[in-house]
Amino acid sequence: MKVKIRLFAILREKAKTGEITKEVEPGTTVAELWRLLQQDYPALDVPGVRLLYAVNQSYVGGEYVLQEMDEVVFVPPVSGGSPCLL
Amino acid sequence: MFALTEKPIRIGELLDSVTRPGAGAIVTFIGTTRDHNEGRKVLALSYEAYPGMAEQELERIAVEAKKKWAIEEMAIVHRTGRVDIGQVSVAIAVSAAHREDAFAACRFAIEEIKRKVPIWKKELFEGGELWIGTQSGQRFHTEPGAEVLGRFAPHSK
Repeated sequence: MKVKIRLFAILREKAKTGEITKEVEPGTTVAELWRLLQQDYPALDVPGVRLLYAVNQSYVGGEYVLQEMDEVVFVPPVSGGSPCLL
Repeated sequence: MFALTEKPIRIGELLDSVTRPGAGAIVTFIGTTRDHNEGRKVLALSYEAYPGMAEQELERIAVEAKKKWAIEEMAIVHRTGRVDIGQVSVAIAVSAAHREDAFAACRFAIEEIKRKVPIWKKELFEGGELWIGTQSGQRFHTEPGAEVLGRFAPHSK
């Protein structure tokens, strides 16, 4: 099944693209998708960065199981500079 | 009113949008672009937002504030794109019957914006640029010695 990934700010610049459609196995979680994406885009493979996950415009936990055509955004630290932990 | 805009923020419109007959106070917070940060000479800021979710999160902040304090209305407008020094990057207005609630809710709103609304700030400074929140030494670097995400090489010129 396909999911749509949107990248913003530093992640968009690192990957040199703002939108990616990716084929994933049913049952894939959003945290697993991030690891898969890092394999496709080694520039995103940075240890120590803590991201938030958003699916269809709401924050979710890393264990969220992706559905067909979900819109996924990996949220780097927002303008205040300090992340919140979900 | 919960909006993103690429144009200068009109404070008058923001105030009009929260004016209510039952309100005895309107408190505002106005964030402006500062010309210095951590020893760097800042030339401008550039904001990027996740459209749709950003406005939705702004509105959620107002919903939460209304549960916590007796406020009449809240409005928030945030700039996107390049914002020059001295310009308004974010404006919040809160009306309430009494000022204590308006002050508290306004403070809450700006802290929540900076915590969870998907808007990112890039600092354009003399000698380079940096996505704020991704510098070395910030809390999200959980692994000692981890490569620093976001430390941009200075411009070559």
